Amino acid sequence: MSGILNSSIGRKFAMALSALFLMFFLLQHFAINILSVFSPTAFNEASHFMGTFWAVQFILQPILIIGIVFHFTMGIILELKNRKARKVSYAKNNGAANSTWMSRNMIWSGLIIEAFLVVHMFNLWWHEMMVKYIDPQVLDPNRYYHELVEHFQSPVIVAIYVVAFVFLALHLLHGFNSAFQSIGANNKYTKALKGVSKVYSIGLPVGFIFIALFHHFAH
Amino acid sequence: MNLTLKIWRQKGANDKGKMVDYKISDVSPDMSFLEMLDVLNSELITKGDEPVAFDHDCREGICGMCSLYINGEAHGPDRLVTTCQLHMRKFKDGETIYIEPWRAKAFPVIKDLVVDRSAFDRIQHAGGFVSVNTSGNTIDANAIPINKHDADTAFDAATCIGCGACVASCKNSSAMLFVSAKVSQFALLPQGQVEATDRVLNMVKQMDEEGFGNCTNTGACEVECPKGISLENIARMNREYLAASLKG
Repeated sequence: MSGILNSSIGRKFAMALSALFLMFFLLQHFAINILSVFSPTAFNEASHFMGTFWAVQFILQPILIIGIVFHFTMGIILELKNRKARKVSYAKNNGAANSTWMSRNMIWSGLIIEAFLVVHMFNLWWHEMMVKYIDPQVLDPNRYYHELVEHFQSPVIVAIYVVAFVFLALHLLHGFNSAFQSIGANNKYTKALKGVSKVYSIGLPVGFIFIALFHHFAH
Repeated sequence: MNLTLKIWRQKGANDKGKMVDYKISDVSPDMSFLEMLDVLNSELITKGDEPVAFDHDCREGICGMCSLYINGEAHGPDRLVTTCQLHMRKFKDGETIYIEPWRAKAFPVIKDLVVDRSAFDRIQHAGGFVSVNTSGNTIDANAIPINKHDADTAFDAATCIGCGACVASCKNSSAMLFVSAKVSQFALLPQGQVEATDRVLNMVKQMDEEGFGNCTNTGACEVECPKGISLENIARMNREYLAASLKG
């Protein structure tokens, strides 16, 4: 058991578990964001709960940050290790004949998503941490909706958002199934996962993009 | 058919190597790819040049000796065939064909298109077997009832010929399809259960020590495998490995 994370399969497994956790988080994030389209009150209530409930703030939030950092770091470590496994490249390599562009370029889609996350965290999350814990201020529990609408008024931010979520879709189109394969869940009973994978991988990013465009054009 | 061949030439393990162009004429579309290389070598020998070294043996697609990365794909553009079973009718008259050795740190080039695949042998030695008492009381394997689905799946895994196309095709030079086939063929059978824990742990350990990369599930190996070994074997090996790690 001790050497599991030093093995190729152990690292795959850890990468997959962090991916599954992040995919679950994305779903939860979307479920709250989509409320902003239908009901500002419901969105404010859900956001206030997430922003003030101790278990979310002091248990789930650190786990999420660890999950993101772990997935990102392990992805880079694995990429560097994998590059060392082939010292001389092929003069001609027809990768498109046997694999998808998404599967061969996870590191690039991942790096773009990570760059977006840095901007996203700085714009929204860091500001929230400042006013709540570092320089505490009296906060309006109904501020979330207005902050969201204001955030999406910038065409630059909306453009960055759209590009990032297109790359998230590309990342998920390979990553969703890949995570299940890595934890060993690929057999005749799991074929249906491929359908779920497509719905999730395309539907979720399109949903996030819709929310951004909705608030940009509706206000 | 008249063809231009761009072939990797490397005098030995320590030579830098380079791609060299050759013209070949009057190639029959019914020739196998290796027969075409035989013709090229005859011409090179006649001219007093060094023939191109390449691996081959049975030429029936079952021994796993032939290799070659042809036009950017392991065993060439055809599916479910080895290089020896690839025919020249799969190419066009006037085409330029790139011929390269398997590329992986764990498969060093010996000469030209020949690579050292003994890393696979060492992985097999680490656990790709069942220990059977052969002192005279051996039980006939057919005397043990085995579920038809499991027997078929184990047989499918056992058709892996260990050619290394999976490693050559993988962008990470991962050997997981090969190792998973060897693990699976025993994991599905009662005879393989006794050594199951040690087998998967030792084979994966050896695989990692040989310098193969990590699998990122691109699926290129499954597509290029001349025997159609399924990715399900890798998932099975992952399950076996995780269960064995918790036990061991």
